[in-house]
Amino acid sequence: MINKVVGDVAQAMAGVASGASIMISGFGNAGIPAALIRVLSDNDLDNLTLIINAIRRVDECSPALFGERRVARVISTSFRGPDAWPSNFERQWMDGTVALEIQPQGTFAERIRAGGAGIAAFYTPTAVGTPLVEGRELRDFDGQTYVLETALTADVALLRAQKADRFGNLFFQGTQANFGTVMATAATLTIVEVEEISDVPLPPKQVHLPGIYVQRVVQVSRS
Amino acid sequence: MTPQNAKPKNAKALSREQMAWRAAQDLPDGAYVNLGLGMPVLAANYAPGEREIFYHSENGILGVGPAAKPGQEDPELVDAGSRLVTLRSGAAIFDSAASFAMIRGGHLDITILGAYQVAANGDVANWDALMPNKGPLIGGAMDLAKGAKAVHIIMRHNTKDGSARLVAECTYPLTTPGKVNRVYTDLAVLDVKAGQFIAREIIPGLSRDELTARTDAPLAFADDCSELVAPELRA
Repeated sequence: MINKVVGDVAQAMAGVASGASIMISGFGNAGIPAALIRVLSDNDLDNLTLIINAIRRVDECSPALFGERRVARVISTSFRGPDAWPSNFERQWMDGTVALEIQPQGTFAERIRAGGAGIAAFYTPTAVGTPLVEGRELRDFDGQTYVLETALTADVALLRAQKADRFGNLFFQGTQANFGTVMATAATLTIVEVEEISDVPLPPKQVHLPGIYVQRVVQVSRS
Repeated sequence: MTPQNAKPKNAKALSREQMAWRAAQDLPDGAYVNLGLGMPVLAANYAPGEREIFYHSENGILGVGPAAKPGQEDPELVDAGSRLVTLRSGAAIFDSAASFAMIRGGHLDITILGAYQVAANGDVANWDALMPNKGPLIGGAMDLAKGAKAVHIIMRHNTKDGSARLVAECTYPLTTPGKVNRVYTDLAVLDVKAGQFIAREIIPGLSRDELTARTDAPLAFADDCSELVAPELRA
């Protein structure tokens, strides 16, 4: 019998270890797995790689992650922290103690999509003609120049959804899905906090992310 | 370019809201439009009401509606500026990968972006001001500038110290080369065409000489160049 529902956030995050690469979904406050992020910093991990669009929210949820320099590397689309400056992240950005890779948001999303879809690499026109592609492999197709981008995968993905069933099927509210649907496909271990566990299976047409991509689900009410 | 004051003495520069208002007047009925953070997103408040315009938000909305009323917010429904929003009739929601497929695939009619600099060849720089205390922010800008059918910019004509933002060549890192079609500043509306700026509208009281002095790039004036008059708008 399949039951991906675990009892609490500690069980949900069990086995996430130092050195892990971790994708964290969320855009604005929508889809931010705030409870899981807090456990991540409580667990005394270090040398983490974070693959996140929203550094700002992660730094707000868990000031210790950057404050205690547990993150060694960040792949993101912006290097801005919370409004109060300098944030813990910005201190690390300015003193150069974290390796940073910045990229366009569409490239970020598509690299993750490719990672989960068995595509090794792809060519995109975005960023061609900018300093980001210096030294990179360019190729012309039909008179337009593209840059080669490779797939991104990770050990862990952390998501928030509105509803799940025991199969790990997810229903997203509002704009909660954002990067979560592709991150879940690209990670070995996908952990999801949800507002509500449905006792009955979600109706198939309401399944925004099939449970095959989800390993653990934990109920966490929005505070 | 000779150094200037940030704003002209004998003419009243447009406010943020007035610049957004002017940009909004050029959004046609039926358009699919992405509005960038800051001044561009204000344009949604000022498009003529009889036009049906679908605002795209890169976090996964096509059909952003007005801001949510107090007490009716859904904390899980936000736009790309993290504002609590509503959906218009006919709206759709999707994930980030689908949203950027829509952008990169050339399906959006117009994107309005803010910028640090625009060059006379249509280059735009808007993601890294190279400031030691302000990290770079690309977000969706490179995909939008590359992918949208038309790129419109709203920005002040000059920096706080009076330097030009309309330049012969961008000195900040580019967002994308050669894509800007039109620029709305607090002094003028300008097209970008054949390696030069072409002023189409200028605020009352500002001379062509002063606009030229405030522009560090080839500048011409349209044959039908007219006055840029915006209504008084509350901030």
